[in-house]
Amino acid sequence: MAIFLNSDSKIIVQGMTGSEGRKHTQRMMNAGTRIVGGVTPGKGGQLVEFQRGGVPVFNSVGDAIAATGANVTVIFVPAKFTLSAVVEAIEAGIPLAVVITEGIPVKDTAQFFARSQSSSTRLMGPNCPGLISPGQSNAGIIPADITKAGRIGLVSKSGTLTYQMMYELRDFGFSTAVGIGGDPIIGTTHIDALQAFEEDPETDAVVMIGEIGGDAEERAAEYIAAHVAKPVVGYVAGFTAPEGKTMGHAGAIVSGSSGTAAAKKEALEAAGVKVGKTPSETAELMRKIMTNL
Amino acid sequence: MDLYEYQARDIFEAHGVPVLRGTTATTPADAKAAAAELGTPVVVVKAQVKTGGRGKAGGVKVAKSPEDAEARAAEILGLDIKGHIVKTVMVTEGANIADEYYFSLLLDRAERRYLAMCSKEGGMDIETLAAERPEALARIAVDPIVGIDQAKAAEITAAAGFTGPDATEIARVIELLGTVYDTEDATLVEVNPLVKTADGKIIALDAKVSLDENAAFRHPDHAALADKSAEDPLEAAAKAKGLNYVKLDGSVGVIGNGAGLVMSTLDVVAYAGEEFPGSPKPANFLDIGGGASAEIMANGLEIIISDKQVKSVFVNVFGGITACDAVANGIVQAFQLLGSRGEHVDVPLVVRLDGNNAELGRQILAAADLPKLEQVDTMDGAARRAAELAAS
Repeated sequence: MAIFLNSDSKIIVQGMTGSEGRKHTQRMMNAGTRIVGGVTPGKGGQLVEFQRGGVPVFNSVGDAIAATGANVTVIFVPAKFTLSAVVEAIEAGIPLAVVITEGIPVKDTAQFFARSQSSSTRLMGPNCPGLISPGQSNAGIIPADITKAGRIGLVSKSGTLTYQMMYELRDFGFSTAVGIGGDPIIGTTHIDALQAFEEDPETDAVVMIGEIGGDAEERAAEYIAAHVAKPVVGYVAGFTAPEGKTMGHAGAIVSGSSGTAAAKKEALEAAGVKVGKTPSETAELMRKIMTNL
Repeated sequence: MDLYEYQARDIFEAHGVPVLRGTTATTPADAKAAAAELGTPVVVVKAQVKTGGRGKAGGVKVAKSPEDAEARAAEILGLDIKGHIVKTVMVTEGANIADEYYFSLLLDRAERRYLAMCSKEGGMDIETLAAERPEALARIAVDPIVGIDQAKAAEITAAAGFTGPDATEIARVIELLGTVYDTEDATLVEVNPLVKTADGKIIALDAKVSLDENAAFRHPDHAALADKSAEDPLEAAAKAKGLNYVKLDGSVGVIGNGAGLVMSTLDVVAYAGEEFPGSPKPANFLDIGGGASAEIMANGLEIIISDKQVKSVFVNVFGGITACDAVANGIVQAFQLLGSRGEHVDVPLVVRLDGNNAELGRQILAAADLPKLEQVDTMDGAARRAAELAAS
């Protein structure tokens, strides 16, 4: 079953004709993803050749949906143009918009998030690696060949920690791995993914990866205590991060005493979540849970 | 990017927010000249530091003559305020303050919109006010698409308890501050205090602004606001090379791919270090991103080995999009590139490659037989080895 994305998902790529878009479209297709079109204004009617065949380009998301029945868009357009690309996708009524682009001004994100609120579109990202339901579909830039299909759910702010965890637990495999991104404002949150995993009959347990900044992990902890019956294992990065410094991700910053890794770990543990000290230890905690299920 | 008060004041002024006249000075003599130029009977000399609590620390002083301003500036310049050394003061007109208020507009990460906060009780530390008398601090959600329009400004002032002509004038100023936030791509605009003078004027007596660096592409003028002199030299050098680097104070240099993995690496190094004499800690954060080309790797190594505190380096790469064989080739070529720049790596380097084509990558590194380089297969094991090498 998986969450948010499965073998029926029909995906379009906004910015498919750019170098990143083209490269990752090929990778997504290699993973068996149903890529049904690309969107680049002014290039409608063209056909882009990939190893597994040509993919038609449309001028707008609306055109692409009308012609293909697409229900997911993966957005690779440069930061300057992302606001209008996302708004276009929302206005066209796409059910899921995955924004890979990093370096988007937070005002633009706040605006397209606000628009998504009054629409039927689920927003993921920005500045995220996307999501993968191994063996079914891959929407974004997560490497598809480091793990297999299984019954663990994964939700993470960080791309490479997602990959690390998928790889460590490749013997068990994943239903869906969701990279929600490390920006100050993101669409889909830890809580959204936890809720979906809790409802997904093909997910048995969830790994949740957080990092310094904001209070998303604390809120997720509250949510878990109240609503999640499946076992959850957590990991938080950034215990050694100094106050007031942005650590790579725009949202990864400890401000005064708020947003610390210690507070997040404490909140998760208070909610009954086992928190690993290192990624490997976290994987080990999950391995024990999966073995004893 | 946090701005100095005088920079924020200039931005306020450019958008029509009422502020006091003021000039910066870096010497007592300049402060005297600035006070004479202002020509008001009273001036205020204010330390320019990017931290709060400067009033309590003696960083804000009233002066009644240019000579007095010179003496006060001499006291303030060079002060250490929470680790920030005062290099600049701003000399402003004095104001006859009747009342002090508070206003801020900021990004509300949790609610994913903006938040305006306003109070009739300004001047004090706002976190204290929020904790002790939350009812005195109005908190109003602001829609990022609409921003602060006339109606929203009126809602904010009403919620804070302002009435009559004061409410109208304060709402006008709040609307202008909303324009500052929106048009300058700020993530914080704060005025504490926003004052009413004895003759009834509303003035932003202080100015705090943080700008979104992701929006730099639409604000070419913002680059000039960066304070190059306050930057760590290694961070500045890394920035010039386009590297995502943060200097820390330990002895284990860290290079990795992906912000989350590098943050995690710092933690794992610190834990491992606890077992060794002197508890070695990470020396830096350095994310070389997904690509990990030879040039980026060489640039990263160059910055790290130029940090004289570094006693060992941990290169922690998970091969995802870029497979480990490509990363290994990048490391080998980085050594050659550094050699051609007349530099060499004379601290031990511990490399952990895992993920796609890890075995192939490890073979490439083993075959290259680079001096000072050793491989450990796991992240935890490699962190421990790097800490051990830094301790010995």
